Amino acid sequence: MSPADEPRVLAPRPSAGSSAFQENGARVLAPRPTAGASDSVAELTELDSQPVHLTEVAAPPKPIGAGLGGVHQRHRLGDRVFAGLATGAGILTIILIALIGLFLLAKAWPSIRDNQVNFLISRAWTVTGNELRFGVVDLLYTTVIASLVAMALAVPVAVGIALFITQYAPRSLAKLVGYLVDLLAAIPSIIFGIWGIYVLAPHLTGVQHLLYHVRFIPLFKDKGFDTGTVFNAALVLAIMILPIVTAVSRDVFERTPTERVEAAWALGATRWEMIRLAVLPHGRAGVVSGAMLGLGRALGETIAVTLILSTVGQGNAFSWSIFNGGATFASKIANAAAEFNNPKQTGAYIAAGLVLFVLTFLVNAAARTIVSRDKLK
Amino acid sequence: MAKRIDINDLDAFYGKFLAVSGVNLTIQPRSVTAFIGPSGCGKSTVLRTLNRLHEVIPGAHVAGSVSLDGDDIYAKDVDPVDVRRTIGMVFQRPNPFPTMSIYDNVVAGLKLQAGRMKRTDLDRVVEKSLRGTNLWEEVKNRLNKAGAGLSGGQQQRLCIARAIAVEPQVLLMDEPCSSLDPISTLAIEDLVQELRERFTIVIVTHNMQQAARVSDRTAFFNLAGVGKPGQLVEVDDTQTIFSNPKDQRTEDYISGRFG
Amino acid sequence: MSIAIQTGLHAPVARSRKIKNSAATVFVTGCFLLAMIPLVWLTWTVVSKGLHAITHASWWTGDQRGISYRDGGGGMLHAFVGTVEQVAVSTLLSVPLAIFVAIYLVEYGRGRLARATSFMVDILSGLPSIVAALFVYAVFVTTFGGQRAGILVSLALVMLMVPIVVRTTEEMLKLVPDELREAAYALGVPKWRTILRVVLPTAFTGIVTGIVLGIARIAGETAPLLILVGYSRNLNSNLLSGYQGSLPGMIYDQVTNLGNTTGLDANGHRVQLHYAADRMWGTALTLIVIVMALNLIARLLARASKLSR
Repeated sequence: MSPADEPRVLAPRPSAGSSAFQENGARVLAPRPTAGASDSVAELTELDSQPVHLTEVAAPPKPIGAGLGGVHQRHRLGDRVFAGLATGAGILTIILIALIGLFLLAKAWPSIRDNQVNFLISRAWTVTGNELRFGVVDLLYTTVIASLVAMALAVPVAVGIALFITQYAPRSLAKLVGYLVDLLAAIPSIIFGIWGIYVLAPHLTGVQHLLYHVRFIPLFKDKGFDTGTVFNAALVLAIMILPIVTAVSRDVFERTPTERVEAAWALGATRWEMIRLAVLPHGRAGVVSGAMLGLGRALGETIAVTLILSTVGQGNAFSWSIFNGGATFASKIANAAAEFNNPKQTGAYIAAGLVLFVLTFLVNAAARTIVSRDKLK
Repeated sequence: MAKRIDINDLDAFYGKFLAVSGVNLTIQPRSVTAFIGPSGCGKSTVLRTLNRLHEVIPGAHVAGSVSLDGDDIYAKDVDPVDVRRTIGMVFQRPNPFPTMSIYDNVVAGLKLQAGRMKRTDLDRVVEKSLRGTNLWEEVKNRLNKAGAGLSGGQQQRLCIARAIAVEPQVLLMDEPCSSLDPISTLAIEDLVQELRERFTIVIVTHNMQQAARVSDRTAFFNLAGVGKPGQLVEVDDTQTIFSNPKDQRTEDYISGRFG
Repeated sequence: MSIAIQTGLHAPVARSRKIKNSAATVFVTGCFLLAMIPLVWLTWTVVSKGLHAITHASWWTGDQRGISYRDGGGGMLHAFVGTVEQVAVSTLLSVPLAIFVAIYLVEYGRGRLARATSFMVDILSGLPSIVAALFVYAVFVTTFGGQRAGILVSLALVMLMVPIVVRTTEEMLKLVPDELREAAYALGVPKWRTILRVVLPTAFTGIVTGIVLGIARIAGETAPLLILVGYSRNLNSNLLSGYQGSLPGMIYDQVTNLGNTTGLDANGHRVQLHYAADRMWGTALTLIVIVMALNLIARLLARASKLSR
């Protein structure tokens, strides 16, 4: 019964009195069962004129000598159980992610194996009857381009708002603005979806026609759809990821070291110059990390994109244009959800889900490595 | 009966770093011993080895022994939790539990240690402990108000009441007055004199006058040199330390030449 | 003259800096206003279009039994009950797990296991809801041969709620000062009791705030509904079997049938029917009101917390 698992704020370490220290540590007294607590309590109750029932509390009702062992074990058990539960919960989290990957792979593999075209290269998607031809190229392009456009739209605005909140606005206004931007994050994505397609999209046709004028840029090439375009989806995605990029940027701008800020002021810099000299350089990593978190969110967004994006049929030529319809990984799966009838068919969609899982895993991992989690301390 | 503490060849480590080395000291029961010395010389570290709170910091450990009436508290089969029930501590900043009332704070040690006590017994302990810290009259009518709603001095006395409610043998006090105003400080110093009847008290203080007022014995700690571990330089009756110390370094410290 | 030349030399430099400064101020303010446009626009849309449907008493008390997309009437009770049940079960499962993970990360974890756990929590918080749904499907329907039902939705929602509660709880636990822990240890309280009776209660309000925020987030999740349970127009309070309504599910249901919306009015003229659209916006408004109320509660709770950042 070594006192190995003592209460500790942080980490396991060698228990005091372990053999490592026998050499220097002159242990004058031979170790023996310490009956100290029981003895002292017995003396206490003698001294104390009023019989306080501390005996039951400070030592278990056992004969002196064995007493300490009993209480000892009660802590041990409580501590061990509790620590076990906590550690178990942590391990469970790790196992869960592993299981996700494993199960998705296991269920997708039969379909991939029987795929009549190459999964990674083909643009086809027919999963009915005996035909199993599915490839993710179109899905990959649409997913990535919608998310990247969303990021390109959202990040500058998010940085602007974050600067507004942390550097320009007075305290009370800053709180209000922060609160309002957070409200955007609270709106469920399905509502963004219906608003996006029924209310916003009709208004965007004008913008799309305008951008069509610069169609030498491949992104704006076709006049594919009027509403339900990738552009529509990207814009709504931008609105949806705005709050998270703003929040992360805000956080990192607030932590700009005062010395740097004051150094800029002392040089007679204008506010904008101070921001350029002190705030932005310090916040660069944080903003990038926030942008990646937003990217991850956009990649995985399901229902808003499903409602907005018009699906396109098979066999049309590939186009870079964002004025077409299409499908992302998420929307493809969502649209087919009602028809998960046979395992091979379902497996194809699970394969698509697996690619999405890997994609978001990588993006989130990158976001995390870019900036340490110091910001939560 | 309050206990005697024997410290033998104590070394205190933070990981590989030796913070204090070679402490040899005996503390008599029912006495007040003051640890004095400049900042960073290891007084608090040594204090925290006495109730095995030192090892709560990751990587921290000790070598040597600390004995309570002859029982080594660092023995292999000793549970530090039990040690801490016998040796109580009061900290520099008052730290009453914010979610508990005054009443609950005082009995927190008893209740959290397991075992159920009858309400009437708890009431008695509360009154006894609060009387013991001269706080009873001030708070007896608001025992169920938040512990955090008291003044600094009252909070510290509450923390002392909480510490003595579990009837420890020894009371360790780590600069208990440093965050308090002079009047509260005086109140606590008077309290220490009263508590001395029941407990063995060790008090760390950076205020020499306080040590002189309050303690029977004084131990002077100092760094052996720049970058060297701290050590116990001299320990003696308080009178002697402050009027006729044996070591030159002690003399230098108390006459204000450094520290 | 020479003075004028001197000041003339300085003025242009100062002016361009000033212009840049003002431009920046305009830009950042503009960004904020830009972000407010969709917020205001969307809120206005949902409120104005949804008000009509929810102001009938039957909205709150009836379900959609027997009401086709071409009819008016009925309510969203079935959807409400479904969402409440799914979210409640999800919360009951998520909260203990998440709190223990947070306790592990703050009070026990050290070294590689803790870092790996923290990393995985991050991955979980970026997990697309459709992937979570597919996983539950792959395990319970494909592998174990179960039926689609509301309980599966709850399981998927657990995976989405846990990371939120873990992070907020972790933050709150870190805010509890170490002095409180030390005070408890010094009294001879074992570590697990200290966590249970001192640390957790001190962080309690903050933890509840996190839970409420988690609830607000999963109440609006749709992807798991599409994959794991069918939508029913009737009130079905059985989580374990049968199709079940839910608020997002009802929105989606009306959406997919919006096309079927012309009929004959009293005079025999062909008119555009608005019932499905009304219901869609009405449900959207209901959902937003609930989510916003939860967010407001969380904010008020946060203010009542004993811990400050």
